[in-house]
Amino acid sequence: MNASPLHAPNSFRAQPDDRGHFGQFGGRYVAETLMPLILDLEREYRAAKADPAFQAEFDDLLEHYVGRPSPLYHAERLSEALRTGVDAGMGAQVWFKRDELNHTGAHKINNCIGQILLAIRMGKTRIIAETGAGQHGVATAAVCARFGLPCVIYMGAKDVERQQPNVFRMKLLGAEVRPVTSGAKTLSDAMNEGLRDWVANVHDTFYIIGTAAGPHPYPELVRDFQSVIGREARAQMLARTGRLPDMLVAAIGGGSNAIGLFHPFLDDASVAMLGVEAAGHGLEGSEHAASLAGGFPGVLHGNKTYLLQDQDGQIAEGHSISAGLDYPGIGPEHAWLRDIGRVQYDSATDKDALDAFQLLCRTEGIIPALEPAHAIAAVSRHARTMRDDQIILANLCGRGDKDIFTVAAALGVEM
Amino acid sequence: MSEGAINRLAAVFAKDRPALIAFVTAGDPTPAATPAILDALVAGGADVIELGMPFTDPMADGPAIQNANIRSLAAGTTTADILSIAAGFRARHPAVPLVLMGYANPMLRRGADWFADALAAAGVDGVICVDIPPEEDDALGPQLRAHGIAPIRLATPTTDAARLPTVLEGAEGFLYYVSVAGITGLQQAAQASIEEAVGRLKAATDLPIAVGFGIRTPKQAAAVARVADAVVVGSAIVEVVAEHGADAPASVTAYIRSLADAVASARNDRIEETGR
Repeated sequence: MNASPLHAPNSFRAQPDDRGHFGQFGGRYVAETLMPLILDLEREYRAAKADPAFQAEFDDLLEHYVGRPSPLYHAERLSEALRTGVDAGMGAQVWFKRDELNHTGAHKINNCIGQILLAIRMGKTRIIAETGAGQHGVATAAVCARFGLPCVIYMGAKDVERQQPNVFRMKLLGAEVRPVTSGAKTLSDAMNEGLRDWVANVHDTFYIIGTAAGPHPYPELVRDFQSVIGREARAQMLARTGRLPDMLVAAIGGGSNAIGLFHPFLDDASVAMLGVEAAGHGLEGSEHAASLAGGFPGVLHGNKTYLLQDQDGQIAEGHSISAGLDYPGIGPEHAWLRDIGRVQYDSATDKDALDAFQLLCRTEGIIPALEPAHAIAAVSRHARTMRDDQIILANLCGRGDKDIFTVAAALGVEM
Repeated sequence: MSEGAINRLAAVFAKDRPALIAFVTAGDPTPAATPAILDALVAGGADVIELGMPFTDPMADGPAIQNANIRSLAAGTTTADILSIAAGFRARHPAVPLVLMGYANPMLRRGADWFADALAAAGVDGVICVDIPPEEDDALGPQLRAHGIAPIRLATPTTDAARLPTVLEGAEGFLYYVSVAGITGLQQAAQASIEEAVGRLKAATDLPIAVGFGIRTPKQAAAVARVADAVVVGSAIVEVVAEHGADAPASVTAYIRSLADAVASARNDRIEETGR
């Protein structure tokens, strides 16, 4: 065998296969109208990946437009706070990858830069996207303004209501925001409407999917664009501490920030990984968005993955205080990583996230988005069980400015 | 393996006249109302019944069928109800082909083998699954074929000559030409583009060609029937059901009859044209 180490059979980084499958998950479950375009996108992505000019333009925009690399930050006051009441020598060091400092305030922009470059390469002249919390919508609207392409954002009417600041941001950036009133009026319905638009406008329209889900090659290309997070973090951690972290933690809705952090570390056997789903009001009821903990394999939005659904395959409505985690599915690579046991998955409730949100504000002077607040809640639990020479690296994937109204309401504060 | 399934479809297309394929959503407005609506389709002259399986996320459908899905699910329609509606139809109409149309997730929930078994037992002749393209055929296709149930494939305006063989590989029953790149129930394609597409498809396959999307008037149905082997009407029927609810059967029969007469007259026109 002369396989390179990267493609060795024991690598966790060689997925998906030629058909876009991650084990039994992933694939291309789309209407025939979209198939030729999906195949075209795959060809174009392969060509772009092999083109140094594409990579150079991507890197240049990440550096000068997005503000990368984002810092790696040792949260010493938070680490100390989490040692309260634990035995001497316990309580891990908590570090953050500061992707909330990116332009537009979250990791979403990394992927949008990559996809709009692909769209331009394919000669598409119109961009559509779906958004939940509005972060992906804002990032898409920003890159569309930057490249002068018209942009339509589909957003559940309920999310439009609870994320007004981001709706206004998108409009300022020149995007048309179309509220979606079908179904539960949240992210999943926005994605349906995005697909309906796409199928009617395949000739000129590029769909910038916001998470590492959807039909192949989206889960792969979104992961690749977001992997800048993990590549930077790995190099930064080695440079700063001379070693790899012991555990990575990231919040999961569709899972793009988590796969972006995890993927470059997957073959580092000493690095444990924890994805944190939104447990909403608790996993025991139906008001949560934890597809791995409470779902079953199924097919939705172009891929096979774990889904919140009933016994007849009807999709259930996810719930989370975080509009960005409120999705009944999860990226297919996470479904695979969970089934093979390489990544562990846990969850945090709305209340856990609110507590962690406030803890980070007070100990570090950082207002996190509610999405990474779920990761911080899990960090708080795990740090106490680890030694103080061990390192947890969590992805601070978004800033909390957009969430202050939601948090105020949850805390009973009138603004 | 039951040979009867594909034979019912084959018998319809062997009649050397264009067929009318009529779509309604199962359980709209209620599971109890559906059998009478299906009977009304047959009474009006529908040759093939296309029964929609409701789904919470019908991403290829326009507002009319989306709303039918919502009404059906709100009425509590289950997969068991749909199978029972199908079995009842088969008992009342032994010769009329019944095709299920829907999305992958409800079809695969209990496994492809379970689903194919259940459809065979209910007497279903074919399945149109919107989001299982040929590339994912192994998710359901082999199980359907093993039971003699036709996996019916879709071709669209974006299916070019290079891709068409992939679509036809493993296709059975008939080929459903989606004449518009878009969702169900909105605009109709230009007649010239339909004629061009049907000609292209007929050159590539012996399967009958059914044309659908956006067809709602007898005149449109007749025009399509002059070139295609079958005309599919869906959203317009669903709108009649929406308007009349449980009292829909009489209106459905009248509407279907207007379409069936138009399709039949197209056959005469076609014979005259051939004779000239």
